[in-house]
Amino acid sequence: MEIAIISGKGGTGKSSISAAFATLSEKVVLADCDVDAANLFILFDPVHEEEESFVGGEKAVIDRDLCTNCGLCIPYCAFDAISFSSEGVIISETACDGCHLCKRICPHQAIRMIENKESRLYAGSFRNGRMVYGRLAPGEENSGKLVNQVREKARKLSKASGLETIIIDGPPGIGCPVISSITGVDQVVIVTEPSLSGLYDLQRAAEISGSFGILTRVIINKYDLDEDLSQQIEAWCKENQLDIAGRIPFDPAVVEAMVNCKSITEWAPESETAKVLSTAYKLIKHAS
Amino acid sequence: MTDYKPIKIAIASGKGGTGKTLVATNLFHSFISKDIQASLVDCDAEAPNAKLFFEWKLEKTFEVTQQVPIIDESLCTYCGKCHDYCHYSAIFILPSAKVIKVIEDLCHGCGACTVACKFGAITEKAMPLGEVMRYSLSGKNALIESRMKTGAYSPAAVIKAGIKEAGNGQMVIMDAPPGTSCPFIQTVDRADFVVLVTEPTPFGLSDLRQSVETLKGMKKPCGIIVNRAGLGNHSLYEYLEKEHISLLMEIPFNRDIARTYAHGGKLKDLDPSWEDRFLALFEIIILKNGNSHNKR
Repeated sequence: MEIAIISGKGGTGKSSISAAFATLSEKVVLADCDVDAANLFILFDPVHEEEESFVGGEKAVIDRDLCTNCGLCIPYCAFDAISFSSEGVIISETACDGCHLCKRICPHQAIRMIENKESRLYAGSFRNGRMVYGRLAPGEENSGKLVNQVREKARKLSKASGLETIIIDGPPGIGCPVISSITGVDQVVIVTEPSLSGLYDLQRAAEISGSFGILTRVIINKYDLDEDLSQQIEAWCKENQLDIAGRIPFDPAVVEAMVNCKSITEWAPESETAKVLSTAYKLIKHAS
Repeated sequence: MTDYKPIKIAIASGKGGTGKTLVATNLFHSFISKDIQASLVDCDAEAPNAKLFFEWKLEKTFEVTQQVPIIDESLCTYCGKCHDYCHYSAIFILPSAKVIKVIEDLCHGCGACTVACKFGAITEKAMPLGEVMRYSLSGKNALIESRMKTGAYSPAAVIKAGIKEAGNGQMVIMDAPPGTSCPFIQTVDRADFVVLVTEPTPFGLSDLRQSVETLKGMKKPCGIIVNRAGLGNHSLYEYLEKEHISLLMEIPFNRDIARTYAHGGKLKDLDPSWEDRFLALFEIIILKNGNSHNKR
């Protein structure tokens, strides 16, 4: 069973909740798909057993010795990455999308592509099972692809180790990496918080998981920071037939747990937060 | 204060939810009340929320599109050259069965297939990637929102269009998307100064490190705002000291701030001194940016 934890808005507590789910009871495979800002390895200090490089985008570069500055490539670039400068024709590394078209049309073979191989995928063991996470190199684009690679690896580990539950810590937002994180999962948990931004982003995230027809539940984190807004969120969820799996109070122990490299359920198993999460996890596991 | 040379300030963070929008909107509120002409561009195109913090009137909206190919099968010879040229696997072809399909969601609009086709079988149409909205606020200030269409491959094009809409004639504050990947780069690339908002937790520090390294590589000047100060531990401050990164401001963690923000309020309504603190932040940025006396 694959469970994806997403949020729309960042910083709602997605990773802390994923960490709790991953350490509550049975051993699991944990897939950190927030490849742009992977954090779970900080809590779990996994033993790396495998490392794969991930070729993300490519960038076009000009060979100054061959370039005649004819400028033919400039109008072909759909990304406005090529321009004339005092040094001649230049390609902006940040604007280049890596499509290869300039390389193909250059009559002097003065353009070549270089691969960005800085992104990595790591797989290994942690104290409650196996773990896979990706780390996207700065400026990289294809995080949806890296997410797919992380999930594929997680499924392989799940099969090989017999650990049936895969917990996916998804990225924020609603873009391609989020879609890659939830495609084909058994259940999505959206973590939100009582703020107008939280409600608004919950709506966008629910729209996505709804469009895939995936069973979706909501956890309201820090619900007591603003009970009015929490009620608005609950009303919206009810209207849209989304089940609330848990209401977590604001709890400084969540940060204390993080500082001590523990999940909240490991750090303060008797706390209300841990109890709510434990009940939520049971609900998620058994009612899918 | 109105005679400073206009600069673009990006408010960014590696980790999501650290308070980028809190900082961007409060800085902008201070500009508005001091009649500093400025635009706020909400570049967090996957989750744009800045407009929740203002009274606004929609001034205009325009669509951001990319080109996608249309294949005329009556002209197509199934030679497969377009498929070879496509670096995004957006053209599916089965020559033996005479099947060719464009997978629009994978297309980046580079136009390589159109160039590849020697039979005139490929034309292009515009496909929406998102929208840019311009809202007028009080005075001459504008809020510009880049909003990506759900499921589009990248918010980069809508972000660029939003920043372009802000122009160069005045102060621009950019509320950046989280992370350090392409959408972040597209935003900070256009900034003169980057403010990184973080929180004093292990996750906050880990993501901050990655953002700082990325900005170093881009040679962008930056400074840090610590939000929710008082939570977490001291490692963040040790890191800032060791790396000689300037701490621009601290925003303490308290429930009143959290609640004010949750309702779309401004910090100065909670405590009027916040307005001056944000103006002081602006002064520091101007000084660090080295154009404090560069009057127009």
